[in-house]
Amino acid sequence: MFNNIFKKQRYYFDSEGLLVVDMSPSSAVHYQEAVQAATQDAGFSGEDMVINFGPQHPSTHGVLRLEVVLEGELVKKVTPHLGYLHRNFEKHAEYIPYNEIVPYTDRLDYLAAMNMNLGYVLAVEKLLGLTELPERVEYIRVICAEFNRIASHLMAIGTFGLDAGAITPFLWAFRDREKILDLFEWLSGARMLYNYIWVGGVARDLPDGWVEKAKEFLDYFEPMMVEFNNLLTHNHIFIERTAHIGILPADVAINYAATGPVLRGSGVKWDLRRDQPYSIYDRFEFDIPVGEGMYGPVGSAFDRYWVRIREIEESVKILRQALDQIPEGDVFEAIPRKIRPPAGKEAYFRSEAPRGEIGFYIRSNGSDIPDRVKCRSSCFVNISLIDEISRGQLVADLVINIGSIDIVLGEVDR
Amino acid sequence: MTPQDIADKVQKQFGDAVLEFDAEALDPVIKVNPEAWFDICEFLKTDADLEFDNLVCLSGFDYGAGKELGIIIHLYSFPKRHSIAVKADLPRENPRIRSIESLWRTADWHEREVFDLYGVVFDGHPDLRRILCPDDWEGYPLRKDYEVQEFYHGIRVPYKEDWEEFDTFLKNPRRGHFVFQFERTLPANGNAKPKEKPSP
Repeated sequence: MFNNIFKKQRYYFDSEGLLVVDMSPSSAVHYQEAVQAATQDAGFSGEDMVINFGPQHPSTHGVLRLEVVLEGELVKKVTPHLGYLHRNFEKHAEYIPYNEIVPYTDRLDYLAAMNMNLGYVLAVEKLLGLTELPERVEYIRVICAEFNRIASHLMAIGTFGLDAGAITPFLWAFRDREKILDLFEWLSGARMLYNYIWVGGVARDLPDGWVEKAKEFLDYFEPMMVEFNNLLTHNHIFIERTAHIGILPADVAINYAATGPVLRGSGVKWDLRRDQPYSIYDRFEFDIPVGEGMYGPVGSAFDRYWVRIREIEESVKILRQALDQIPEGDVFEAIPRKIRPPAGKEAYFRSEAPRGEIGFYIRSNGSDIPDRVKCRSSCFVNISLIDEISRGQLVADLVINIGSIDIVLGEVDR
Repeated sequence: MTPQDIADKVQKQFGDAVLEFDAEALDPVIKVNPEAWFDICEFLKTDADLEFDNLVCLSGFDYGAGKELGIIIHLYSFPKRHSIAVKADLPRENPRIRSIESLWRTADWHEREVFDLYGVVFDGHPDLRRILCPDDWEGYPLRKDYEVQEFYHGIRVPYKEDWEEFDTFLKNPRRGHFVFQFERTLPANGNAKPKEKPSP
């Protein structure tokens, strides 16, 4: 550990890559000189400064640690360090039966647990060849997924405003999100980690009166979004703050395999619900909002925010259609007694979660326990763009760029 | 193009490097020789008829203790709207394969993850470090024969003894003690005994 110091160098880098300087009185090297020597050795000019963002920092939306190289106030390089929430979901999944994995998927993106449930369950159903499900189950799944998309986007746009310095929109967004969580609590008993969507069905039928309450919520919620837009989206200060930073060109987004609002914000009209329809999404009419570059270049932080705002409106459209059409039926009839896919099968299923594509790659070995479950996480892929979109910008904009990508560390670290 | 056409085209270009093509699979997959991994990926990306510009997912997997490791990529093409999967088997000892990070930037972190959890070394990767586990973690957790390390910076990692103690307690409950059977589903790091797998 102290080898470098014995070699008459007064500094070394520890296992985390942090600079440690020998500050003992016997050290003849001045601290400033040592720092300069170290930064030059690391390939930076003497003007550069390395600062540490997180893991305990309110603007990193969880336990994300960023190592930022600054030149003055400009960002030269951002190196994310992940894993503070790593619990190896994939290893857990190799020891428990298919249906018992569903609660673990709740903990991936805990702000959109229904969508995580749905993505995993659809992957298992693909593996089983289970395509014929009761109509009511399909409708309930779509309704839950879209409600959760709204709840998740409300969190995203609220905290994005918070990153830009607007406190009130965050509270307004949370007020409406609470109402969705109340609906889910009535439905599944839990406010965030639902374990509601099961292989072949759902955990329980909709309670009496739930559909009416859900419609009531939509009637209440649509005017609230207008108010929200007046408060934040059309706010001149907010637009000026966000419309010119974090520019992500479409080809870079595709090369980085960005998905969800991050990809659509760059103007790529791509949504798995429309382009590779799963469940019953092909029955509903809805638009795919993309970034339009209304106030600045296409693919800015504002465009990603704007796509989320528009997606909330589209989700409301889907919900109105689904709540009107939902048929009666038995939700348990297709739940398989034993989930035991044939040996040696593998399936990859992609579905559209609020933050992008959630993909599950599952290999079976003939037993009721999977051989391998890989979760392709949208946040994990999207946050790798942070260096690309923040380079050359102010350090204050870095916070907004993180907020515009909208990560959940439970899904990044898995 | 259909998966069969894509496989035929790759087969025509690379001949023996294509080991097999499974069109019956849920996601049709081409199995290739790891030696030709990079060249085939480059062909898939740059060929005018294929244009796979989107690397959807890159995952590693393990065929079982003592067997080979594997790596699989799922590709999609935005301009052509078709998809394919490509996989390769790697030896368990010293698994190496050429990095495709220069073709799709997204492979950067995916490859680091496979390196972290399976120990596959990607030649030519610019920054091959562990990504989810700490830098000084020992072993590759997702391998089937993974044994968790005893101590990490002075913290005891496995809870093996606790489980064994609990097991003996369950089998010989003392008089007056009342045993609740909780569900045991948490062999967290592969150190606890897995549930007995039923024969297929």
